[in-house]
Parts: sequence; C-alpha cells; structure tokens
Amino acid sequence: MSTRSFGEPVKRNEDRRLLTGQALFVDDIELPGMLHAAFLRSQVAHARIKNIDYSRALQRPGVVAAYAAGDLGEYWQPGPILVLPPPIEGIVFHERTQVPLAKDKVRHVGEPLVIVIAENRYIAEDALDDIDVELEPLAAVVDLEQGLSPGSALVHEDIGSNVSAWVRQTRGNYAAAAAKADLVIKRRFGYEHGISSPIETRGVVAQWDIRANQMTIWDTTQAPVFVRNGLAGMLGLNERQVRVIAPFVGGGFGPKIMMFYPEEVLLPWVSMKLNRPIKWIEDRLEHFFATTHERGQIHDAEIALASDGRILGIKDVFLHDGGAYDPYGLTVPINSQCTLLGPYVVPNYDSTFTQVFTNLPTVTPYRGAGRQHGVFVMERLLDFAAHELNIDPAEIRRRNLIPPDAFPYNNEIIYQDFEVLEYDSGNYEPLLDMALDMIGYGKFREQQATARLQGRHLGIGVACYVEGTGIGPYEGAKVQVQGNGKVSVATGIGTQGQGHFTVFAQIAADQLGVAITDVDVVTGDTDQFYWGAGTFASRGAVVAGNAVNEAARVVRKKALKLASDLFECSEDDLVIDDGKVSIVGIPEKFVKLGDLANQANPMRGAVEPGTEPGLESTQYFGPRMGATANGVHAMIIEMDPGTFDLKILKYVVVHDCGTVINPMILAGQIHGGVAQGIGNAFYEKLVFDDQGQLLNASLADYLLPTALEVPRMELAHTVTKSPLNPMGIKGAGEAGAIPGGPLFAQAIEDALDLKSRSIELLEIPLSPSRLFELTRKATQT
Amino acid sequence: MEIDEHEIMLSVNGVSYKRRVESRLLLSDFLRHDLALAGTHVGCEHGVCGACTILLDGQPIRSCLMLAVQANAREISTIEGLANKDGSYHPLQQAMHDHHGLQCGYCTPGILMTMTAFLDENASSSEDEIREALSGNLCRCTGYQNIVDAVLIAAERMRG
Repeated sequence: MSTRSFGEPVKRNEDRRLLTGQALFVDDIELPGMLHAAFLRSQVAHARIKNIDYSRALQRPGVVAAYAAGDLGEYWQPGPILVLPPPIEGIVFHERTQVPLAKDKVRHVGEPLVIVIAENRYIAEDALDDIDVELEPLAAVVDLEQGLSPGSALVHEDIGSNVSAWVRQTRGNYAAAAAKADLVIKRRFGYEHGISSPIETRGVVAQWDIRANQMTIWDTTQAPVFVRNGLAGMLGLNERQVRVIAPFVGGGFGPKIMMFYPEEVLLPWVSMKLNRPIKWIEDRLEHFFATTHERGQIHDAEIALASDGRILGIKDVFLHDGGAYDPYGLTVPINSQCTLLGPYVVPNYDSTFTQVFTNLPTVTPYRGAGRQHGVFVMERLLDFAAHELNIDPAEIRRRNLIPPDAFPYNNEIIYQDFEVLEYDSGNYEPLLDMALDMIGYGKFREQQATARLQGRHLGIGVACYVEGTGIGPYEGAKVQVQGNGKVSVATGIGTQGQGHFTVFAQIAADQLGVAITDVDVVTGDTDQFYWGAGTFASRGAVVAGNAVNEAARVVRKKALKLASDLFECSEDDLVIDDGKVSIVGIPEKFVKLGDLANQANPMRGAVEPGTEPGLESTQYFGPRMGATANGVHAMIIEMDPGTFDLKILKYVVVHDCGTVINPMILAGQIHGGVAQGIGNAFYEKLVFDDQGQLLNASLADYLLPTALEVPRMELAHTVTKSPLNPMGIKGAGEAGAIPGGPLFAQAIEDALDLKSRSIELLEIPLSPSRLFELTRKATQT
Repeated sequence: MEIDEHEIMLSVNGVSYKRRVESRLLLSDFLRHDLALAGTHVGCEHGVCGACTILLDGQPIRSCLMLAVQANAREISTIEGLANKDGSYHPLQQAMHDHHGLQCGYCTPGILMTMTAFLDENASSSEDEIREALSGNLCRCTGYQNIVDAVLIAAERMRG
C-alpha cells in the first residue's frame, strides 16, 4: 500500500543519474559533424568600433567561418524586452536591449564582437588571436552618481543622459508623518550583490536538421518556452519547428533566465547557415563578463518614528546600477523598493529610484533579485532607531510587525508582477519568538560578557524579511498514465537542482496512488510540454506544482470513472491505491491503472462522444498574485579584532513558506540560500576600476564560500497557508539568501562594539580588509 | 601551428585505452569528449572549483590542470567507475542520496572523487577535518551542510 508522500522528506528521484555521472548536461551533447564556437569579446568597457578584420582567422586550418555584426544582415536586431516596466504613474523607461554582436560601439567589457566557428574549441580560441580590431576608447561610466552628472560620458548617446528608468511610488504622506515624528534618522547606504556563479557556466548547442526541417537547441536556460518562441520568430521558423531542451542544468540562480544572450541568438543562426551542429560552452573567465550580474545600489534613506519605536514612515531615494542594457526592465529595483517594507507596518512610504546605465555588464535578477538591498536598508534603519530610542533591536522589530489579523495586508504600491503589493497571509511574531529562543537571545549578553573577559569578541544579529514568491502568469502540466502503469508528468519550466523531479512526483503520486519512483517527471523540453513561463521568483513549486496537482486530480477522476463503468459500481465505492483501482472492501476486485489507460485507447469500438482517449490531463494554474513568505534569521559570530577574521558560531533560520511539500528539499534550498547570503555579506565583491575593468575575474580572486565559511544551520518552520492556491504553498527559493547583509552588519558592530567608537556599518559586502579600512579611518578622524 | 600529437595508453576505471592526442589537450577534455566519460564536469578550468577532480593512481587531482599526454601509462578513476559492478552505490553515493547532499549535481562528481579518496585514508575524521578536506570543492547549491553529514555517515558505515 502506498503511503501519502506529500509533506514527507522523500529522497530524490533524480539523484541516481547525478551520483553516477550519467546525467545529461549541455556540454555532454556530442553530435556528428559538430563545430565549436568561440567569441572575441571587447577588452575595454566603452569604445567606438572603427574596424574589425577577421580575414587572417579564416586562413587558419580548422576555422570554418567567422561573423561580425555587419555579416548578420537583417538578423542583427537588439533583443526583445523581457519584462516590460510595470504600470506605475509617471514612470520613465528607456528601453535599450543587448545586441547579438556589437556594431558601432562596445558598452561593456566582454561584449562580443566576432563569433568564430572551427572544428574544435582549441582552434576556435586560437583564431581569436588572428582578429584585428580597431577601437577608439571612450570614457567609461562606472560610478552611478558621476554617471548622472552633466558632462558624463553616455552609454546610449541618443537618450541624452544615463537614466535608464525613474520610478516613484508612495503610500500615505511621508512629509506629514515626518513632521510629527519624535525621531527622524537619515543615512546613506551602499549595497552590492555579486554574481550567481553557478558551477556550470552557460552553454548552447544548436542543431539545424535540414531534412527534418527542425531546429533543436540545448540551452542552459531557466525558461525554455520563451527561448523557443523568441528564436522561432527571429529565425523565421514556426514555433513547432523549434525544440528547446534545458537538460540537467548545473545551477542557475537567476542569470540563466536572462534572454536572449548573444550566444543563444547566434548559434542557431550559424547552424542554419552552415548546416552543421554547433556548440558553445562559456568558460569561467567569460562567465564573469558575458553572464549578467546583480550589483550595487546607493540609498539615501530616512525613517520617522514615534518615541515608542513605532514606524511612522520611510523615505528612500536610490540609484540602481542597471549595467549597459535594460532587457529585464525594472524587476530588480522594484523588488528593492517593495521588499524594503518587510514584515512591518509602514503607514507612509515615499520611494524613488533611478536606474542608471553604466559601462558594466547588464544587471538582471540573481537569487533575491534586489530584495537584499531593500531589506538591508530597512533592517539597518531599525537598528539605528533602536539605539537612539534605547529599545532592544529585537523589541523594536516586534513592535512594528504586521499583526496576524491584518491579512491580507495591502501595501498600496505596485510589485514586480504588476499587481498591488498585498501580502496574502502571515503570522509574523511567532517566528521572531522562535528565532530568539533558538539563538539564545535572552542569555546572550551574559555569554558575551563572559567571553569578553576571556578576550573573545562575540556579536549577535537578528533580521526579519518577507519574500514575494510564486508570481504568475501561469504554468501548466500534463499528467499521463502509461500502459505500463507508470505516470508521466511534463511541465514547461526548467530545473536547476530544485528537486522538481521529486516534488512534482510526490504531488502526482498522492493523487494517483502510485509510488513516487513510478512517476517520471520531464521538465524543460518544449516538445514534451508546449506552454509555460519559467523557473524564477521562487515560483516553480507554487505555480507548476499546483498545475501538476490539478492535472493529476483530473486523471484520478477519469480513472475512477472508467473503473466505475467497468465494475458497474459507484465511484464512491472505489479506492485508488498501489497502482490500481479496487472496490472498497473487495481488494481482489481491481483493475491496474495501466490497463485502464490501455482500455481508454482502444483499437476497435468507439470512444464515446465527449470523452478523450487515454488516461491523461493537461491543466494550468495561474495565481491572482504572488504569495508572500517570511522569515527571521539570527546569528552569533566571533570576531578577531586584530585581523577581522570572522567565525559564525551559530546560525538560525525560522521560515514560513506555507504548506511544505518536502521538508528535506526545503532545508536544502534554505541551506544553499544562506551560503549565498554569507558570500554576499562578507566574501564576494566584484571589484571594478574606473575604466570598467573587473579586477578579480577568477574564482581564486572572487571568493565563493567554501565548507569552511558556511556553518551548520539550525532550521525551524511555521506554516501559514497561502489562500492563493489550493495547496496553500509559498515559494522558498530565495529566502535563505535575503537577510545575510544586515545580519552581518549588526553582529559585527556588536562584536567589535563599534557603536562606542561611532562607527556604523552602512554597506555590504564587508570583508576583513574593508573593516580594517573603516575602523582605521574612524581612528584617524 | 604544427600539430603536435602523441600516442598514449592509459587505464580508466579498469579499461585500457590507446589514443592519439594533441599534446595540448587537457585531460578533462580527453576524458569527456574523446572517451565520452562526461560524468567528470568542468567548472572553472583554472583549478579552483574542484568539479573535474578524478583519481590518478589513487590520488585526487584536477583533470583541468593536467594534459592528457601526462596521463600516459597511468591509472585513472572517474565517477563512472565509483558504483559497484552490480550498480549498487558506493557508501558515499548512498549517503549523499540519503542526506540530500546534492541539488543541481554539477559539482557532485568532483566531490565524490575527492571525498572517497579522503575516506579511504581518514576513516574516522571529525567534522572539522571533513570540512577542511571538502574546502577545495565549490558547491553553489547546498551550503555544504548535507554533504558534510553525508561524509560523516559514510565514514561511520564504512567503519562498519
């Protein structure tokens, strides 16, 4: 008898292939006659292109072709806008999207100039040295404020400034609230988020099959359906002629949903030109320039409070580094603007941002997608307010939490999904209590004092956040019982390690009474499932998961109907379990699901009008708006005041993402997110010089956290169901990564008693060397 | 450029191979593309991420930092040879499955090759020692905790 698996820590269906080296990743594709591409990329951030001459490259044995922008003819087009700006009154947005190959100007280091095709990758890379490029360097826009000052160089001259976008959103009347406030605190904050740096870089294989009249593209994308639709349009093919497969993908975290990367646009086109399959695999150095980043914002923020610590209002004016192009619209800064509000009642809000074009790689969402920046500002403001008002930092947060009876809670501004930012459900205070209890908040000051007597410097941090998840528009799923009784589930989203092969199997297995291992899940193959949006915004489990549930429910009904006809009994007298349908109380009277599927596809006789053959269903789910998850992280650290070496002694996460499908997989998502949050807060920094050169473009210099930096974490969950979907689930993909910045700033200030030295940590990332600079500066002044 | 080729003979997972290769061909590329043993993954090609780790005469090395010709007459083990002949898992593979030690799975082959070699020589290691041994392999998905747990459990099971 199969037991219900939903909510259980079921082991993953996909592990065997991954553990034995048999999983298919894009670079594993080998095709007869396959050629290899390499890209000549700009080594300067901003320059006019005077001349490109690749004739010598074509002389090299093994080189098959080379193309520059001028060779693309009509195919050379700026990419489509991926996310339109939201409908906000007064919005300014200048759409400037990336191009397949730079034509008149290069706008960031790493922008491709020439694609070379050769018999193997070694030769293709050799041939890059044979290309002569004449560039006229221009001043680079790197600093956000300088970029907006008169006389600055311009990334896109025709706009007349470096403003990519401008948005103001307000709630209530901040000025009036501030006038009545007991305390107003103003600070300037800088927050930089780094690069996602999945261990698998990007890659594309394109195969034009002239006899089948069919294009097949293997792509490390998070959104295969949109890649298919877009490329079909560009290539002049029908959508049905293009198949995009995102096989196993080695981590994504956001940048793999960006489209269209130049490589995605060019490889299929060249494959059609040459009638040969072509592969391109990004190397790690390219990844630092050719894959999108998330980077910095500068916030001038103020908070108005009553003397009891209640927030009366917040005003924030910030600059957002958009990079050289803005194909992803305003998703990142809108997330910052909205998520700043956190789990708190903020009756008056006045937030304005300017997205700035710079001569740096394009910015698109990376796990957290701007939420970190906003949460840092809010949490730091509360820390300084608590200090000024002499209120405990945890207590000031408690006093401002949205009460449980206030849901659904309307923040009265527009979110990234174009809907009003309304929190669907939540019960915030118990999470804070649990986190404080787990971290040992009540005993910490004593522990800290004892340690201090031994010369050890301990510090504590507590940070709260919300995470908008599970946004629309929709996803779909096809659930099908096969003749052998196994169940196939297909959905359009891509998967990059989230455990979709298991959680979707759990959902279907429960509905259909089969073992999880008898459910075969296919994701990311447009020939297996035609429709969908993609894996982003912590939405896979919420949106596609509910579609799987709905489709499996319909298949269950079909199976019961067929069996009731067969047994001439009521559906109520039937039970579906262990791969068969049987009559309640008469287990020997049964029919296997596979046999029902075969009977529903007869060779003779008629399928009755109004019915469909087979035992399958395709269903779609689209939530009205995103579901809001929330959490509290707490951390105790030990700092060496001489070297600023930092050790995390304890790390606690309390999280509420509604109904949990698989707690083991959920814990994995949190663990991984926290590790990335730690990297962001203290280890990972993209260092550019004033010419837009990235100075640390290697994994030896850009420091991803290792097993020595990421501590053991203690996790706890509460469950407040989302009313927005039948299963009550909320997304969890980004939660772990969001509050690391304020947590580190708070804990470090505490450990080093920086307040007594009037040093405030107003920026992320921090690092030992940065702390050395900040404390030395304070000592000198 | 003159193409400089050499004939090499080597053993991979107990199977002997004789191939003619360019002297500049990376061992990682040779394994993946010439021998179609694509389970060894390439993450950085500069020896930092550890995804391409294999065993050379029993010792873990980064196959992206070595040329195929340097592997002449050597014995190599890769992820494809880790499970038992009957398909059952090595104790570390089993523990990684049991404790959710992998998500996207891209770094996993390198971690398995590094840590199985470590376990062979360090059957009763502490968590700190395991973390130290693991610190040369980057994983961007798991936060390492479940991998560390898997190694601890595998060590316990291997001690019997």
